[in-house]
Amino acid sequence: MSARTRVVVTGLGLVTPLGTDVASTWQAVLAGKSGVRALHEDWAADLSSKVAGAIDADLSSVLDKVAARRMDRSTQFAVVAAKQAVADANVLANVDPIRLGVAFGTGIGGLSTVMQQMQILNERGPDRVNPLTVPMIMPNAAAALIELEIGAQAGAHAPVSACATSAEAIAWGTQMIRDNRADVVVVGGTEAVINRLAMAAFSAMRAMSTRNDDPATASRPYDLGRDGFVMSEGAGALVLERLTHATARGANIYAEIAGFGMTSDAHHIAAPDPAGAGAARAMLAAVADAGATTTDVLHLNAHATSTPLGDIAEAAAVRKAFGSHTDQIAVTAPKSSIGHTLGGAGAIESILTIMSIINKQIPRTINISDFDPKVNLDVVINEHRAISHSEILALNNSFGFGGHNVCVAIRNY
Amino acid sequence: MNTEEVMREMAVILDEVAGVAADQVAMDKSFTDDLEVDSLSMVEVVMAAEDKFGVKIPDEEVKNLRTVGDAVNFIVKSA
Repeated sequence: MSARTRVVVTGLGLVTPLGTDVASTWQAVLAGKSGVRALHEDWAADLSSKVAGAIDADLSSVLDKVAARRMDRSTQFAVVAAKQAVADANVLANVDPIRLGVAFGTGIGGLSTVMQQMQILNERGPDRVNPLTVPMIMPNAAAALIELEIGAQAGAHAPVSACATSAEAIAWGTQMIRDNRADVVVVGGTEAVINRLAMAAFSAMRAMSTRNDDPATASRPYDLGRDGFVMSEGAGALVLERLTHATARGANIYAEIAGFGMTSDAHHIAAPDPAGAGAARAMLAAVADAGATTTDVLHLNAHATSTPLGDIAEAAAVRKAFGSHTDQIAVTAPKSSIGHTLGGAGAIESILTIMSIINKQIPRTINISDFDPKVNLDVVINEHRAISHSEILALNNSFGFGGHNVCVAIRNY
Repeated sequence: MNTEEVMREMAVILDEVAGVAADQVAMDKSFTDDLEVDSLSMVEVVMAAEDKFGVKIPDEEVKNLRTVGDAVNFIVKSA
């Protein structure tokens, strides 16, 4: 059997509350900034959680006006991020469209459009409902619109696994290339549900922070005072490419998707398995898929959403997977800066992991004033951590409601 | 509204809804053949026109509105 196909990353795109591209988001992360603000909108007045990582930037110059009005906000972010990524990779003129694929998901999808059209339906009647409603709210809308935008004909897939969605998209895209269905796949995920229903619904689960008087510190993974996640919006897109295809065209290579692991808990619809067995298996599967051993892992970009239970469960899972080597793994939790972008998080944070690898610097986790002693991890807190090794294997964890555990292993190239 | 006023407003709607440049819009232009307004966009144009001019354009009438002029004349007649 020949050596396994290697898959590398040749393009990146980001739209986050910290910035509308990769460079600005990365600089804001390094500056220790928070993308979270108070929700001063009228519709949020009576909500219990009134903080969110909202994107206030105007993206209208980047999208065609008519196309944009036919997209839910989540799809707009997705298409903007994907356009950045394919431009960054300079790939569209250099790939056969039938060898170009898409794997792009969303955790929730076009809920804001559902709400708008529901209001129109109730107030003005059925004949006023937007004829584009269905293609705007379908969960594969982002994948489909990216497919149309870039002319991808190898297949467009829309994995859905709540907050593990876009990590799963990275896995699907990697597998498409390994299976020889494509040479290049645009992967990622998006979310835009900072709306009254989603905020109320997550709050009803008692999942969200109510630190309304101090938005910038509301998302505080691993801090004793954490009280839930902070809703955020945004998208991340990566161009995955067969290594031989990338080198043949002289592409800039950021990093290698060395492997992935995907498991499910079969424990509870929303709560993590406190023992972290499924999460640990996902991490170990990713390490094995990368052809590595546990002691090769130097860095973990944690899922850590700032919920009381979740952060502890993940920490337990890491220790279960890595044993005493856990002490050698530098952990960071970027949701402290960005908040939780749900279906966007896996891709956004994989991009931050890649930026950490190529810049040899792991950004600190902000907002930790009282480190929770039950978190038995080496969390990067006060200062960014320089990476001195020349070979770097890093993991990015993403877990979703439903017990979905996805771990992506990324190696320097 | 007279023909000229309706025509002017139709151009605004076609720009907003279907991305048709105002200088492309003329009475004799076909929605589908000249302006590339597809069937879903046509539904949007009709809905926007109904809102704008306070008229009702029944589905069975829409298929008779081949050109911009057909639509403008129908609206002027109905308004």
